[in-house]
Amino acid sequence: MALLEVTGITKKFGETEVLKGINFELDKGEVLTIIGSSGSGKTTLLRCLNYLETADTGKVVLDGEIIFDGNEKGKIKAEEIRRKRLNLGLVFQSFNLFPHYNVLKNVTVAPTMHAKEKLKEQKKSISRLKGEQKKKAKEELKKRKEEILSGIEKEAKEVLVRVGLGDKLLSYPCELSGGQQQRVAIARALILKPKILCFDEPTSALDPELTGEVLRVIRELKNDGRTMIIVTHEMGFAKSVSDKVIFMSEGVVAEEGTPRKIFDNPENPVTKAFLASAKDSDF
Amino acid sequence: MDFLQVTLYLLDGFKLTCLLFALTLIISLPLGLLISFCTMSKIKPVSYVARVIVWIVRGVPLMLQIFIIYYVPGFFDFNIFAKVDNFFFLNTGMKDMGRFIAVLIAFSVNYACYFSEIFRGGIQSIPVGQYEACAVLGMKRRQTFIHIILPQVIKRIVPPTSNEVITLVKDTALSRVILVSELIMQAEKLMASALIWPLFYSGVFYLVFVGILTLLFNYIEKKLSYYKV
Ligand SMILES: Nc1ncnc2c1ncn2[C@@H]1O[C@H](COP(=O)(O)OP(=O)(O)OP(=O)(O)O)[C@@H](O)[C@H]1O
Ligand SMILES: [Mg+2]
Repeated sequence: MALLEVTGITKKFGETEVLKGINFELDKGEVLTIIGSSGSGKTTLLRCLNYLETADTGKVVLDGEIIFDGNEKGKIKAEEIRRKRLNLGLVFQSFNLFPHYNVLKNVTVAPTMHAKEKLKEQKKSISRLKGEQKKKAKEELKKRKEEILSGIEKEAKEVLVRVGLGDKLLSYPCELSGGQQQRVAIARALILKPKILCFDEPTSALDPELTGEVLRVIRELKNDGRTMIIVTHEMGFAKSVSDKVIFMSEGVVAEEGTPRKIFDNPENPVTKAFLASAKDSDF
Repeated sequence: MDFLQVTLYLLDGFKLTCLLFALTLIISLPLGLLISFCTMSKIKPVSYVARVIVWIVRGVPLMLQIFIIYYVPGFFDFNIFAKVDNFFFLNTGMKDMGRFIAVLIAFSVNYACYFSEIFRGGIQSIPVGQYEACAVLGMKRRQTFIHIILPQVIKRIVPPTSNEVITLVKDTALSRVILVSELIMQAEKLMASALIWPLFYSGVFYLVFVGILTLLFNYIEKKLSYYKV
């Protein structure tokens, strides 16, 4: 069974049908790139997978768990969405780092919140205990809290070293280049250990000389066996990094296959036209 | 009366000015945040009512609002502020508490409405990408607001807020219209004994107060300048 199964995703904004029934599958450890002309619905698709938009119909199953079900969408609670969406990570085109936190805090803030929530629940169960027992349990919890928090910090430093920012831990986003900011954003997503990491044009907001450092990080993630979905206009990168390519056009998957098939032997005339125009501008 | 006596006499009024200033801020800042949430509410009637209230409160002179709050209960034969005046006078010997409370209500509501617009502007100026980043990182709405949005909002609203706060210092003088003995009213009382200079001297108190506030806000702004957006 595939890790991710997406079936029949549709999405309308008002009267315009942006996604008209998207189907695809993705296996564990695979990299899927989504290409397609502007306005074809690539971003909308990623946003639906991450619950930033709610699709109208369709189903998303990840690792056997139903992430989205168009028939149940009214009933699902915010709390459940919050849990489900953590199965996926999303890196934005515009980084969206937290400007008031330094690099390290940008990465630790979310896992720290999650850990503290869990600890709070444990604290509640302790409050039922009495006397000596309670005191002991409290002390233990305090120790565990310190361990967990320092564990998160250690892990954050490790991921930041991995994306090549070990020397920028205390810098603020405004002091970093676009490429460095995007690598922080990648680290911030990685530390939550999503089963699938999504990228929406991770290099589109960068100066050309800065795209390389970000693409290199993504390539390393692939070598580590990470499952990823990448929306990109970097055709050369898409060709070399992906196991599978989807070409989207006007809200449908117009063609899909191995990068070889899509880039060297496209069948659909629309794909051919798109690649020809992409060649003019990108290469 | 010599200089020292006049100073002490004016300080009596200045105490009330400071009290009104502090209490107004303590009430109107959180109330303003609440009103800003209401004006931005997705529930249409809530946002509509809140916007109308803000429009009225910002559209009518504060002086008139003081009159309205103080005198309108009397039309319904329920002169609450006079009753409070009496109550405090009989029980504690403090004078004019009812008047003071009436002024405090007028100021708090008025400033809350001004602050609410500043807050609304600040909150709406935070890019939607910040909320989306929080969402995909699995933060709750509360966590998002308190840890990510609010700190950035505070940085943005410090300059306009400091403006309002400084205006408030001087607006406190309006409370004399219902005979609350704040600084200027105290100075005016001295005119009965043919002393005019205390009236001008009272300006020094405001100047010093505003000077201290300016330094304070400069300090806060500097503290928050460790990052740019
Ligand atoms: N929130 C929205 N409200 C209304 N229309 C929207 C909204 N978001 C996207 N659209 C429309 O949906 C269509 C697809 O947009 P989308 O951003 O998914 O395209 P894309 O493939 O990511 O394009 P690009 O390559 O330019 O990023 C566009 O026509 C866009 O105008
Ligand atoms: Mg897009």
